[in-house]
Amino acid sequence: MSTVTAPADTTKAPAKKSGGFTAAASNYLDERTSISAAVKEFGRKIFPDHWSFLLGEVALYSFIIILLSGTFLTFFFQASMAEVHYEGSYIPLKGVEMSAAMASTLDLSFDIRGGLLMRQVHHWAALLFVASIGLHMLRIFFTGAFRKPRELNWVIGFVLFILAMAEGFTGYSLPDDLLSGNGLRIIDGMVKGIPLIGTWTSYLLFGGEFPGTEIVGRLYSLHILLLPAMVLAFIALHLLFVVVHKHTQYAGPGHTQQNVVGYPVLPVYAAKAGGFFFIVFGVVMLIASLFTINPIWNYGPYDPSPVSAGTQPDWYIGFADGGLRLAPSNLDLVLFNHTFSFGILLPLAVIGLFIVAVMLYPFLEAWITGDKREHHILDRPRNAATRTAIGAAGVTFYAVLWAAASSDIIATHFHVTMEGVIHTLQALLFLGPIIAYFVTKRICIGLQKKDREIALHGYESGRIVRLPGGEYIEVHEPVSDYERWKLVSHEEYKPLMIRPNSRGKITAGQKVRAGLSRWFFEDRISPVSRTEIESSHGEHH
Amino acid sequence: MFRNHNRSPRQQRNTGRRSPLATTALIAVGLLFTGGAYAAFSTSTASAETAHAASASTVAEGKKLFQANCASCHGLALEGTDEAPSLIGVGAASVDFQVGTGRMPLQAQGPQAPVKPVQFTDEQVRALAEYVATSGPGPSIPDESLLQADGDAANGAELFRVNCAMCHNVAGAGGALTEGKFAPALTGVEPVHIYEAMVTGPQNMPVFNDANLTPEDKRDIITSLKFTQANSTVGGHALGSLGPVAEGLFMWIFGLGAVVALTVWITARSN
Repeated sequence: MSTVTAPADTTKAPAKKSGGFTAAASNYLDERTSISAAVKEFGRKIFPDHWSFLLGEVALYSFIIILLSGTFLTFFFQASMAEVHYEGSYIPLKGVEMSAAMASTLDLSFDIRGGLLMRQVHHWAALLFVASIGLHMLRIFFTGAFRKPRELNWVIGFVLFILAMAEGFTGYSLPDDLLSGNGLRIIDGMVKGIPLIGTWTSYLLFGGEFPGTEIVGRLYSLHILLLPAMVLAFIALHLLFVVVHKHTQYAGPGHTQQNVVGYPVLPVYAAKAGGFFFIVFGVVMLIASLFTINPIWNYGPYDPSPVSAGTQPDWYIGFADGGLRLAPSNLDLVLFNHTFSFGILLPLAVIGLFIVAVMLYPFLEAWITGDKREHHILDRPRNAATRTAIGAAGVTFYAVLWAAASSDIIATHFHVTMEGVIHTLQALLFLGPIIAYFVTKRICIGLQKKDREIALHGYESGRIVRLPGGEYIEVHEPVSDYERWKLVSHEEYKPLMIRPNSRGKITAGQKVRAGLSRWFFEDRISPVSRTEIESSHGEHH
Repeated sequence: MFRNHNRSPRQQRNTGRRSPLATTALIAVGLLFTGGAYAAFSTSTASAETAHAASASTVAEGKKLFQANCASCHGLALEGTDEAPSLIGVGAASVDFQVGTGRMPLQAQGPQAPVKPVQFTDEQVRALAEYVATSGPGPSIPDESLLQADGDAANGAELFRVNCAMCHNVAGAGGALTEGKFAPALTGVEPVHIYEAMVTGPQNMPVFNDANLTPEDKRDIITSLKFTQANSTVGGHALGSLGPVAEGLFMWIFGLGAVVALTVWITARSN
């Protein structure tokens, strides 16, 4: 290359021969775009290396896979509910009346080369997208990465999670097959259950009586235009904040609140991340080529009369479906000649509150702990026992709702009664989080005690030594300084003290806050202090 | 037969006048005729075939088998007991379905009789069916011509979605009912048993008689089920055709599992 470009260089003065083509090209670009400042900024960005920091990347890569495969699908999909007779090659639907949306999805599956693979890639990647967002959020939560200054980025990430679910649901409804139609019917029922505006909203949404002839086209506009644009915008914002805040890191030797220890983006990290994209793509491709997803040809076209047994939403909407299944069905209340279906309103309210609580958690915790410092070193989950316990309770609550969405499949596959499953899950919805909270908190505190023990006295080596006096002792191996750093470098929190304000009064808000803070930090194990370590060293040497 | 009996004395007399018994006889004949026709009609394909197939010896063998294996619950004269229903008039199809799929004899009382390994040979099942069929007219074992899975799959699939999918799942993967009962999966079920289940309505299943779904409709349903099962692997492994729950579980355990394993691998420190 360099030999070819060498003669061209002679025209201008500043270009020197030494750099060759790359240098010349970079220089050409930089003189016209001043891009070197950006490359310098981003290329030197340091990313710490830990597997759990890659979960958000998995979500990003799944989204890219979704964009690519989705673009292919738009070439062939017709978002129309016009009635056609299917004339493709799938025999059991030949001549059957269906919407153009369903017929074109069938054509994609059976008559367009690579169409079925792309459909399956798109759908499997969507499941992976939301799943990896969920796991990423759990990592952020349990390591306390949402603390100042990253509270807003948590909210942005949360919005992305909701957008991803919306993307998923609108996509699920597009083929206009029986399963997606049943799903829309449930949404229609939920909307109609809202007092006062419900029926109006439903008619507005569907352009008339359900199912109407509008909904697929409308969902399509949302699915391929508005929602992806919003997802992209929020991803950009999310990543911008990651750059602004710099990445968090786990405690370790040399890791401080002021630095980030890891690899620079260029060249190592970019190469790794680029390679990782292809690995994720490969995994999705492999799954999509070996496992069926959403076989709409089995489901047939939507028709409001048939409802299939075992109708479920995709996994990420499962918790809402589970909420509906767990709500008592006989809670209708007739007031002023209007029916209030609390069997619908109750789960809507509970799930709404749960979601809002997840979104606001960073602000709630900051208020309770009164902690206004910046945090760039992550917590080990055990060192924030109460937060970890709250998280475990939340996960249990979600998991019970999630399990409820498959109550019928649990019943048939484990040979138990459906009523038994529902009643058990109803009880677990309330008891499960409480049990999870206390068990997790005790385990965390137990682990903290163990850490303290190890930091002070080292590991039990299993070597028994008999002293000259006849006494037996077990020799403890001291931990290395690197190991000890991880065990002792967390901060200690104490419950807030109630202090009178400037007018010398203690407000009710103050009291609540102090009470919550006591609940948060009452049970705790103090981290090992320097003097304790020094005195324990004396014992061993 | 009755007609001949009645007519012969009348012809002998040949007086030109009606016997006082003639009106009564005529009514009796009329009633017998319409009643017989109705009975033949309502059981449709039923009794005609079993009549010629049944032979005295198989019926006798069936009776023996019945008394040894079934009578303790269903009664020596098929009259039923507190434990089990009467079998009078249930027809050969019912027996062939229940015994031929191993559901009967029942192992234990429960919400529903599960499928078990079949306990009798085909001849024994046939003998039992013929014995029970002698107790009264009932649905018979369907004709082979309806079981070839060579009908109109599109019609069958549509009928299946409308009539069957709400319990059996749209892909025939089965589904839950109340109180521990369930609609079983239809994968691998013999066409003859699918047909018999539709005509006899075993356990919690409703009866789909020939006025509701014609024999050709039933044939079409069997055709579509068999087609779907033979072609279930169009997009790869079907994951039990259980829908999004199976897909979600698969993605969380194997998809995300694999991806997390790869993140660990890619960030592992080289030795």
